[in-house]
Amino acid sequence: MRQLKFLLIKEFQQILRNKLLVRLIIAVPIVQLVILPFAANYEIQNIKLSVVDNDHSEYSRKLINKFTSTNYFLLNGYFYSYKEAIHQLEKDNAELIIEIPKNFEKDLIRENETKIFITANAINGQTAGLSVSYSNSIIRDFNNDIRIEWLQPARINSLPTIEVTSSNWFNPKMNYKYFIVPGLMVLLVTLVGFLLTTINIVKEKEDGTIEQLNVSPLKKYQFILGKLIPFWIIGLVVLTIAQIVSFVLYGIYPVGSYLTIYLFAAIYLVALLGFGLFVSTLAETQQQAMFIAYFFMMIFILLGGLFAPIENMPNWAQFLTRLNPVSYFIEAIRMIILKGSGIKELATHFGIIILFAIIFNTLAVYSYHKTN
Amino acid sequence: MTTPAEKDIVIKVENLTKRFGDFTAVNQISFEVNKGEIFGFLGANGAGKTTAMKMLIGILNPTSGKANVAGFDIYNQPEQIKRNIGYMSQKFSLYEDLTIAENINFFGGIYGLNDDEIKFKSEELLTKLNFHAIKNNLVSSLPLGWKQKLAFSLAIFHSPKIVFLDEPTSGVDPITRRQFWDLIYEASHNGITVFVTTHYMDEAEYCNRISIMVDGEIKALDSPKELKNNFQIDSIDDIFYLLARKAKRIE
Ligand SMILES: Nc1ncnc2c1ncn2[C@@H]1O[C@H](COP(=O)(O)OP(=O)(O)OP(=O)(O)O)[C@@H](O)[C@H]1O
Ligand SMILES: [Mg+2]
Repeated sequence: MRQLKFLLIKEFQQILRNKLLVRLIIAVPIVQLVILPFAANYEIQNIKLSVVDNDHSEYSRKLINKFTSTNYFLLNGYFYSYKEAIHQLEKDNAELIIEIPKNFEKDLIRENETKIFITANAINGQTAGLSVSYSNSIIRDFNNDIRIEWLQPARINSLPTIEVTSSNWFNPKMNYKYFIVPGLMVLLVTLVGFLLTTINIVKEKEDGTIEQLNVSPLKKYQFILGKLIPFWIIGLVVLTIAQIVSFVLYGIYPVGSYLTIYLFAAIYLVALLGFGLFVSTLAETQQQAMFIAYFFMMIFILLGGLFAPIENMPNWAQFLTRLNPVSYFIEAIRMIILKGSGIKELATHFGIIILFAIIFNTLAVYSYHKTN
Repeated sequence: MTTPAEKDIVIKVENLTKRFGDFTAVNQISFEVNKGEIFGFLGANGAGKTTAMKMLIGILNPTSGKANVAGFDIYNQPEQIKRNIGYMSQKFSLYEDLTIAENINFFGGIYGLNDDEIKFKSEELLTKLNFHAIKNNLVSSLPLGWKQKLAFSLAIFHSPKIVFLDEPTSGVDPITRRQFWDLIYEASHNGITVFVTTHYMDEAEYCNRISIMVDGEIKALDSPKELKNNFQIDSIDDIFYLLARKAKRIE
């Protein structure tokens, strides 16, 4: 116990003396939470639209109107031919082309059926996908409108108009920030906890100071706790800063309880720091440690469900996210903040993260040797 | 001079060997070190001094051979050994981003000294090294010679039975080197056995006994006086040169 106390004192003396590091630990969560939720907004507006209207009918004008009256599309111009419109696309003046064929109105009335062509610039797949799906719902809407119009003279009002609205439970305004901010909190805690622990231990290796500890009567568990506890505390401090910033800036506070968040974070950090410790036993230099840590951070982020919902990933990637502790914390913190889930609803998440904590720390204890 | 039989043996090494892959860094070395002795471990760069020392202090596993340090077996009782030895590595390894006082407290603490002991001994240390005025300076700001004196003082802070010094004076100016050896003598006088590696042949003369290691093997071992007698050469420097020039390892 007494030895551990001296290890902790030493660790905090070193960390607090590193003024730049302290400032970074405080500033990084603030800056990221201020900037990223705005930058990572996936709602798309003002998609540049080029129109090729070969029909020039009342209905074609109505349809175009429907497009331009939303915020999603911004009319870039009318063009006489598809070729001209494609040219706009190539020059990046347009992101979406709608081509209305000749006899659009006539076919619609006579055959009850017609076609329009939509071309999207798929260089940015995300925008392309979204603009096509926006178009689809506008066209669906248009369909409904004219059907009602046709039926009205007959005074049959009973025909149900099916309105397709996507409902977003727990995030009613589909506010992207509610989705991104809790996830970011997890990432910040992960970044600080994982990177700092790994690099800290490898620095002791590089400086040779770890050798001085290895020839001392310090016990292995004392050394490991001496490294885990400081970064465990720093991780929780970062989480707290993140909670404050997201409340002040976005009014986001958990529907559930802070206690659940902190309880989960406390266990999560044990798992994460154990992993950091394990990685640090693999690296001999800080450069190697950075490289390995970066490798895992990328996987943690991309397969964590922070930006892209996990359900949208291919099966093999979904499987990989199940091996990523970050994905459980992101899911859990979203459930606590947005849905108000408690420990009972999160029992599986807790169970799995405890399992991670045990596995990683066992690995760390076995791979850290006082003797080579 | 006392006869060997009267002395306590504190380090006993038999055929100790370390291989890295198919390279034999330390090859079947055997020797004994007596209590209170200053034992010099000489050898050219790459001879295997550091490797041998690391096996004795329990941070490197030997490939084969036996060794007993401070009464404990290096294979089975490395932790007991660690409680009874001090070590100053070839690479300076105190915390540069801590102050002198903070380093003293830390190393006192992890060796299990209580607060009073730490307080008393650190006063003593600061006085001896004349560091009172600078005790709150960062270690990184000290000149090399002062760092080495501090590292040595901390290696014996917990009053170990044996202290291992790996080239403690390399790169240090002659005056500080002299002062450093005064510290070693004082420790030896207080009953601490000193196991020291060096490149400086004048320092070899300060040792009670020296061993000369060439390519992982011990080629000569005796007191400086006896060595000169046996080789009929009156400088350790020349004896060392005679033995070391047969070395195949070049670094
Ligand atoms: N971990 C290791 N893996 C492979 N080879 C090693 C390792 N450690 C040391 N060696 C090699 O073993 C030999 C002896 O090294 P050692 O450091 O013991 O020499 P030394 O006598 O202390 O030299 P110096 O005076 O330069 O400190 C060298 O050739 C070195 O390259
Ligand atoms: Mg060496």
